[in-house]
Amino acid sequence: MNILNLFVIIPLLMLLALWCSRTLQQTRAAMVAGSTLLLALSVYLTIDFIALRNAGNTAAMLYCDSWSWYAPLNINYSIGVDGISVAMLLLSSIIVFTGTFASWRLKPMTKEFFLWYTLLSAGVYGFFISTDLFAMFMFYETALIPMYLLIGVWGSGRKEYSAMKLTLMLMGGSAFLLIGILGIYYGSGATTMNINEIAAMGNIAREVQYVFFPLTFIGFGVLGALFPFHTWSPDGHACAPTAVSMLHAGVLMKLGGYGCFRIAMYLLPQAAHDLAWIFIILTTISVVYGALSAISQTDLKYINAYSSVSHCGLVLFALLMSTRTACTGAILQMLSHGLMTALFFAVIGMIYGRTHTRDINKMRGLMKIMPFLAVTYIIAGLANLGLPGFSGFVAEMTIFVGAFETDDIFHRTVTIIACTSIVITAVYILRVVGRILYGEPENEEHKLLTDARWDERFTIICLVVCVAALGIAPMWVSHLIEGGVANIITNIQP
Amino acid sequence: MIIPAHYFLILSAILFFIGVFGFFTRRNLVSLLISTELMLNAVDINFAVFNAYCHPGLLEGYVFAIFGIGIAAAETAVAIAIIINVYRNIHSIHIKRLRELKH
Amino acid sequence: MDFTLSILALPLLSFLTLALAGKFMSHKAAGITGTATLTAVTVLAYATAAIYFGAGRTAEGIFATITPFNIEWLPLGDTLSIDLGIMLDPISVMMLIVISTVSLMVHIYSLGYMKGERGFQRYYTFLSLFTFSMLGLVVATNIFQMYIFWELVGVSSYLLIGFYYTKPAAIAASKKAFIVTRFADLFFLIGILIYGYYTGTFTFAPQESALIAASGVLPTALGLMFVGGAGKSAMFPLHIWLPDAMEGPTPVSALIHAATMVVAGVYLVARMFPLFVEYAPDVLHIIAYAGAFTALYAAVVACVQTDIKRVLAFSTISQIAFMMVALGVCTSADPHNGGLGYMASMFHLFTHAMFKGLLFLGAGAIIHSVHSNEKMYMGGLRRYMPITHITFLIACLAIAGIPPFSGFFSKDEILAACYAYSNATGLFMSFVAALTAFYMFRLYYLIFWGKSHYEEQKALYDAGRTTHKPHKPHEAPATMTVPLIILAAISCVAGFIPFGRFISSNGTAYAIHIDKSVAATSIALAVGAIFLATLMYKSGNSRITRGLNSSLRELMSAAYNRFYIDDLWLFVTKKVIFNCISRPIAWFDRKFIDGTLDKLAAGTQKAATFIRPVQSGNVQSYSVWFLSGALIIILVLIYLA
Repeated sequence: MNILNLFVIIPLLMLLALWCSRTLQQTRAAMVAGSTLLLALSVYLTIDFIALRNAGNTAAMLYCDSWSWYAPLNINYSIGVDGISVAMLLLSSIIVFTGTFASWRLKPMTKEFFLWYTLLSAGVYGFFISTDLFAMFMFYETALIPMYLLIGVWGSGRKEYSAMKLTLMLMGGSAFLLIGILGIYYGSGATTMNINEIAAMGNIAREVQYVFFPLTFIGFGVLGALFPFHTWSPDGHACAPTAVSMLHAGVLMKLGGYGCFRIAMYLLPQAAHDLAWIFIILTTISVVYGALSAISQTDLKYINAYSSVSHCGLVLFALLMSTRTACTGAILQMLSHGLMTALFFAVIGMIYGRTHTRDINKMRGLMKIMPFLAVTYIIAGLANLGLPGFSGFVAEMTIFVGAFETDDIFHRTVTIIACTSIVITAVYILRVVGRILYGEPENEEHKLLTDARWDERFTIICLVVCVAALGIAPMWVSHLIEGGVANIITNIQP
Repeated sequence: MIIPAHYFLILSAILFFIGVFGFFTRRNLVSLLISTELMLNAVDINFAVFNAYCHPGLLEGYVFAIFGIGIAAAETAVAIAIIINVYRNIHSIHIKRLRELKH
Repeated sequence: MDFTLSILALPLLSFLTLALAGKFMSHKAAGITGTATLTAVTVLAYATAAIYFGAGRTAEGIFATITPFNIEWLPLGDTLSIDLGIMLDPISVMMLIVISTVSLMVHIYSLGYMKGERGFQRYYTFLSLFTFSMLGLVVATNIFQMYIFWELVGVSSYLLIGFYYTKPAAIAASKKAFIVTRFADLFFLIGILIYGYYTGTFTFAPQESALIAASGVLPTALGLMFVGGAGKSAMFPLHIWLPDAMEGPTPVSALIHAATMVVAGVYLVARMFPLFVEYAPDVLHIIAYAGAFTALYAAVVACVQTDIKRVLAFSTISQIAFMMVALGVCTSADPHNGGLGYMASMFHLFTHAMFKGLLFLGAGAIIHSVHSNEKMYMGGLRRYMPITHITFLIACLAIAGIPPFSGFFSKDEILAACYAYSNATGLFMSFVAALTAFYMFRLYYLIFWGKSHYEEQKALYDAGRTTHKPHKPHEAPATMTVPLIILAAISCVAGFIPFGRFISSNGTAYAIHIDKSVAATSIALAVGAIFLATLMYKSGNSRITRGLNSSLRELMSAAYNRFYIDDLWLFVTKKVIFNCISRPIAWFDRKFIDGTLDKLAAGTQKAATFIRPVQSGNVQSYSVWFLSGALIIILVLIYLA
């Protein structure tokens, strides 16, 4: 049996176990067991994948398999992974695992929360292992819908509004996406929905590509916070509960980048080459605009949400540069941003859970009150602003070096503009650190607050270790994803 | 003497539109029910007439008319039961009062 | 030379130990961990230098560059990669000596200075981090490794400036320091990108052919790198962070903001010097002009500051500018013919690190004793703090350029290089050197001579006019005075090091010889300036000082406010960027982009409300529609038929 199936089967079993669980302990046990298993599985997959590659297996995708699902429309349940998907699966497992601990004490309706949470992760895993357009789309939708309930029910603030907005915008994206997928399917001669086969045929007419590339790219771009379709992100993240913010910013937004790369650019390569400039402009705007917007926000989660817009913009930006280095950087940035943002949202959630405010003007001197959380906030911040030794630096530098490889004045200019984000990032990160962590505590009630508990510490330490590991030893990851990237990139030449 | 077919048709048309008029304008549930019955009966007449004039040897039209009468009876029974229940609940059978299911 | 790896590994290890376990350590244990590590590093650094310079010259008469360790850390594309490693050449070995010496002194000194402070372990953690990063920076084998450690020293500087994190001024200063240098780093990064792309490598010595092919863009790349260096080395107008950085603990100012990190920019230019001289001589000249202006500006501002650390900060800016000028005036790589400045710059870097470190540590001892940075709380301290007084005086003489102290020799070489470049530059720099002597002795007299603040307060207290019992100034403990004495000793003798034999612009041995006329001019100017300072400030409040104060009030107040450069920056960042760019963008995002979507949603809803009456739930109206629809269709069909 194909090991990849486990990535869907385990979440389904988890759902069953959660369904049957009667007490909080059982719910937690089911979650911890399931997410640990998934983590172990993805670590095993990574090691095994690298071993296979080292053994000289150079097929584009490994662990490929296919079962017919609905023959008349050529819909198959086909699976397979390359380096990119392996990295993404690992990322998802880490976030799901830590997210479980981040919502350890979530109330009320813990069981129902975890049910939807697991369903969401099942969608995410399914998306990353699929190689069939339809199956991917289906898993994509599976990942989106639980979001509505998770935010709408367990969120805070204007949660109904935000949940509705997020869902509607992402569904709007899906509508584009569906048209795009159908366009690819029929444009390719309608004999298969398998991505690799369509890419190998490469017979979609250029004019057809021009129509469907923007649709597909925007469809996924909405999830990747592409300007001007990013406004669901600040509201959505601000209102979502901690673990959901983590999973959403950490993994779900990566679905957008992954889809843009794997479907839009891989299957519509000529359009991806010719129309890239439009989206490069949009993503450059995303990068700078998100960072500048973050400067003047006063809500911690808004700051981080805009920061995500900026960082995810950089992912799409690098993908569109279509050089191998830049795209490797983009995938690294996805991993790095996933981990960093998850860390950031986890810490913010924990601070919010104590102070009951996210307004940076209402908090002061948290370093004295909750040193552990404050220190990890600073670490997350430094990682975010691209300090060497953390993952952000590696990803950003790979992107910038790669983007600079494209030798013309337009690409150079936008690269330099995008580079400015590293300064702006420093501004908004340090502003918050100076405002809320440093100084003397002012609010009397805040002085009584406690530092992180064990489950929170565990979540944070896991993520910090991952961020640092990726930052200190990036070569194995970049080696892992490079093969997958090269395969897609060779398709994109004009 | 054979009565021309259009006499019957005119009768059924008049009957039908009386029913339609009643259905459109009345606000009393029982009146509506009566109007519906009028329309159904107009249709039944048409069935019988067309059977008699167009396919004299066959019986389908008559059967359908009888079937329609049966349906009408059942429908009346159900409708009156509903109306009685509505009256019990809101003490009125005025159609404008029936807004419970609207929102 | 494999052991050189432990020069980097030890501080890193100490950093990790203190960061993870510092909380459970006593102050003493933490301090000793840090200091012991640094002692080992210092020993290793000196051993490295001994072995390296002891190994002798190659056939070309230079000290060979050796790379004991180098790994490919991150491959970027087919040709480029980021390597991490250790490269030893004369300047990096010299920097190892400087950094480990000053850092060790600061570690020892801090045992006394920081005693009992909250966050003592944290302090040593950050010191270790800084030392690690700075060492990594100087031994970098390629420009990207330099950038990596460049960022790391930036962040350790940020953390150390903000060490007193409950003090608003420290918070603001740390933020400012990081963001300003980060802004400069942006240019550095772009320079690296251009350099890497066109030369096909990040190493310092690309292929000759690649360099020739890239000669068109090299000046741009090198110029951008210089901007990065200017940020770290506080060149005008990116100097604004350095005076504020004095909010950090004083030993930190000595280590980071006087001796080591701030010269990273100079080191960068020196590192790229062969390329500068060969392919971008014009950029070098721009560097010279920028440096000369900065030197003058900072010296003028230093003349009127009242906070002793600020005076030293501006003096640092000015002295670093001297080093930049020395590099900038080079016209060839031959030390005998236009390349003297390179050696002079490195020499000055070396001597300056020692005497400026000494000055800061001395200032720290004074601040420790009177609990203030402001000159009004000082005066007459020579009786209470004899060791500090003597060492401070030595440092002042060194920086003023009085023989036989170290500063004389290095500054003399710089001035000689400047005169060789052009007489105007030489005269200009001589004038700045005289200003240096003036403001340093102003500072010296204000601190150690004149009326004692303590005695005045004591008299008042004894007379019952104040209830506040003044605190008697006292000499610092041995942990603090020993480093002072060591650094003072170095400052006395460092000038006699035959520096040119180790370091010169093309690597060949160069015998330093004192240019008599230049030396005579600069000594005369320095003595004159010191004499002037003595007249004006020795007795505390002389007639000349008052006269000057009243006649040049506006100039003085402008200089005191640093010629409003900080306010200009503040205006740009707060008013322009924050209020005129960021706020409107945030507003635009919420109101326009998001507003459009909200409007779209609201519009859909309105349309729904508009259509809703049709679905009234009223069967009668449905049937009307139905019937009229059916009739219309029938009529249409009839009409068509």
